[in-house]
Amino acid sequence: MVQLSINGKKVTAEEGEALLKVARREGFVIPTLCYHELLGSSGRCRLCVVEVNDAGKKRVVASCLYPAKENIEVFTDSDEVRLVRRTVLELLLARNPSAELIQHLAKQHGVTEVRYTPDQDKGKCILCNLCVRCCKDIVGVSALGMSGKGPMKKVGPPFDEPSETCIGCGACVVICPTGHIAMEEEKGVRTVWQKKFELAACPKCKRYHLPLFQLEWISKTRNIPVEELMVCEDCR
Amino acid sequence: MALSLKQLDSITSAFNAKEQAYDKIIRVCCGTGCITSGANRVLEGVLTAVEREGLSSKVLVKKTGCHGLCERGPIVTLGNDEILYQSVGKRDVAADVDLLLKTVTEGKVADKLLFRDSARKEKYTSSLDIPFYKGQKRIVLAMNGLINPEEIDDYIAHGGYRAPFRAFQMTPEEIIDWVTKGGLRGRGGGGFLTGRKWSSARAAKGGLKYVLANGDEGDPGAFMDRSLMEGNPHAVIEGMVIGGYTIGAQQGYIYVRDEYPLAVSRLTKAIEQARDYNMLGHDVFGSGFDFDLEIYRGGGAFVCGESTALMSSLEGKSGEPRDKYVHTVEHGLWDKPTNLNNVETWANVPHIINNGLDWYTSIGTKKSTGTKIFSLVGKVNNTGLIEVPMGISLREIIFGLGGGIRGKRQFKAVQTGGPSGGCIPEQHLDMPVDFDSLTSIGSMMGSGGMIVMDERNCMVDVARYFLRFLTEESCGKCVPCREGTRRMHEILDRICKGAGKIEDLMHLEELGKALQWGAICGLGQSAPNPVLSTIRYFSDEYKAHIIEGRCPAGVCKEITTFTIMEEKCTGCMRCAAECPMGAIIGEKKEPQRIDDLRCITCGICYDVCSFDAIKIG
Repeated sequence: MVQLSINGKKVTAEEGEALLKVARREGFVIPTLCYHELLGSSGRCRLCVVEVNDAGKKRVVASCLYPAKENIEVFTDSDEVRLVRRTVLELLLARNPSAELIQHLAKQHGVTEVRYTPDQDKGKCILCNLCVRCCKDIVGVSALGMSGKGPMKKVGPPFDEPSETCIGCGACVVICPTGHIAMEEEKGVRTVWQKKFELAACPKCKRYHLPLFQLEWISKTRNIPVEELMVCEDCR
Repeated sequence: MALSLKQLDSITSAFNAKEQAYDKIIRVCCGTGCITSGANRVLEGVLTAVEREGLSSKVLVKKTGCHGLCERGPIVTLGNDEILYQSVGKRDVAADVDLLLKTVTEGKVADKLLFRDSARKEKYTSSLDIPFYKGQKRIVLAMNGLINPEEIDDYIAHGGYRAPFRAFQMTPEEIIDWVTKGGLRGRGGGGFLTGRKWSSARAAKGGLKYVLANGDEGDPGAFMDRSLMEGNPHAVIEGMVIGGYTIGAQQGYIYVRDEYPLAVSRLTKAIEQARDYNMLGHDVFGSGFDFDLEIYRGGGAFVCGESTALMSSLEGKSGEPRDKYVHTVEHGLWDKPTNLNNVETWANVPHIINNGLDWYTSIGTKKSTGTKIFSLVGKVNNTGLIEVPMGISLREIIFGLGGGIRGKRQFKAVQTGGPSGGCIPEQHLDMPVDFDSLTSIGSMMGSGGMIVMDERNCMVDVARYFLRFLTEESCGKCVPCREGTRRMHEILDRICKGAGKIEDLMHLEELGKALQWGAICGLGQSAPNPVLSTIRYFSDEYKAHIIEGRCPAGVCKEITTFTIMEEKCTGCMRCAAECPMGAIIGEKKEPQRIDDLRCITCGICYDVCSFDAIKIG
């Protein structure tokens, strides 16, 4: 265990534990966009930055990744921290003008004006990578990835074609913090990332629930007969 | 079978005896620069002519690595630096080859092939007298231009591969002590003390460790690492063997960008030859130490020169950096302790081991020891690759070695440190070139790019150029860099087009700070440097664009006009002949006029006018 201070308050943490976790446990508010408890950190959004004074050496760091160390002083709301956060939010608001979450956070952090020409082509995607990590680490199919670099970087299935491995589970839709990923269901067909999935109808209540593709995949990986999975959760 | 020191000496004697059997040696530079100027045709021409004239037993023709004077390529030297011929075969290969042979057979020096200093109008026979070479201290590049990089015996005959023998007799701690006390600092840009890095890597826990060489040079206008890998690949290998032994790594990788095919092929050959001599592989030099090397070809992203992005790319993932709160010397490639050094840093190591601490620290300054290779490009008379002692002044480099500014123009700035470096104005020209001095004035050493600019370079446009480069080369992982660089570019573009506002300057500085503090890696953190340093030293130029709506250098097309001053124009029609649009109207010997409707403001008329009759408006 190590002793450190956050905004002057003495706190205890496990050595190496991410500062974000420590600070939140102690009740400090640090905003995040690309961090998720189940998927951990990737340090992309830089909204969680804090200032650290380590034996006189001051620097702004991503709290989701910076390891707790003995005697460091952490400041969650210094001028430097505020400038980085406000900049990130203004830049994201210019990139994703229609994203309600970004609008909300920007307002909360006092970003009232966007000094750049807003993008029209990025939708609500902030490139937090949560969908990619979720598809790989939780679902286990790796149907999504990032391609391109710089301003051309984007997320999606390889070559923007309907993915061969996507099972249509929609986990990416759920985890996306801004609601960028569209998923539609109509007449027993689910469409996500341009791929169409036939939905299974529950033999008991006749309601459409999950894509057949997903049921087959669960059946195969968990060794459960498809017939069992065809019955919807409510009727099971 | 492992080679002994004695065997290295006998290889040396055999090689020297073979070379001494010839009366003359002709060395043809076959670095990338000279090859693009036709060096391969020259080499072939010389070889054929030597055979035709029955001189094969008397004249040895060798191909070498880069001599540095790339602009005047193809370069051919005779004897040991006795005669340097430049631009050989640029117009007529056969004729120049004849001249070469005449020099060899009749001792007749070909006047037309000699180097002529455009600044001093002097001709030089030996390269040793040419100011471009005279001001240099070639240690790392000493063998470039001398040896055939594809022949390991040539390297051995020039003292190569002796350092590991000395190193194996030292303890790793002693070597670290030497490298640390020698003050060797990372040549890739960071300037971190190499010995300290090695020490951390050695101390790091974990059985498997790696040493890496960074050959992913991507700065526009920089070719130091390329020339070294092409011209003297064994020096890098030799350094890495010592580094591997010191930190306890058995495997190394050389990360080379795939746009450097010649470097890849020469390094590949060098590794194979080193393996044949058991300088790589099992029980290196019979020391009981196993070490091998592999080449990894980079996919062409500038960011992969950043240590963590390089490692990610080497692992087969996309080249994205990560925060280095945990250092790569502890958790690097495949999460193992990893020591990464630039190829130039590696090539310095054998020299320290061979020549000792006192010798090394006597070169350079107290805190920046040794030499540094720079690629000197831009508006100087002599462009090319130079190796100079640290602490030399920028003025000596630009006006001494570089021969000053081209034409009648005035020096304006020198950009050091690659795209993330800064622009240094005249007032700092006497500043010593070392890691700390350059950083103190808002630039950096970087990997050694040096771009000289004159009054016809617009500093706002220069900042815009670099920000465009960085926008495209940002990996896009973190928000400040991905979105921040493109927005900085957006603002600069607006200023260049005459639509800037005075508050844009403060906005740029604010964005700059956010990137310095908030971005993940060195690319994003240093991306504001070209903007901040030009605002710092050339704010007048920014203000001229914003307030007066004009570009003093006449570069930004949207706000530039060219007019001919009647009283100065002699009607020589030079500009009319050069104008690509036929926009210059007038009778011969009468003052000319520019048709604004046709003019594309390219500025060629301004550049060619001998009477200063054209005004930038």
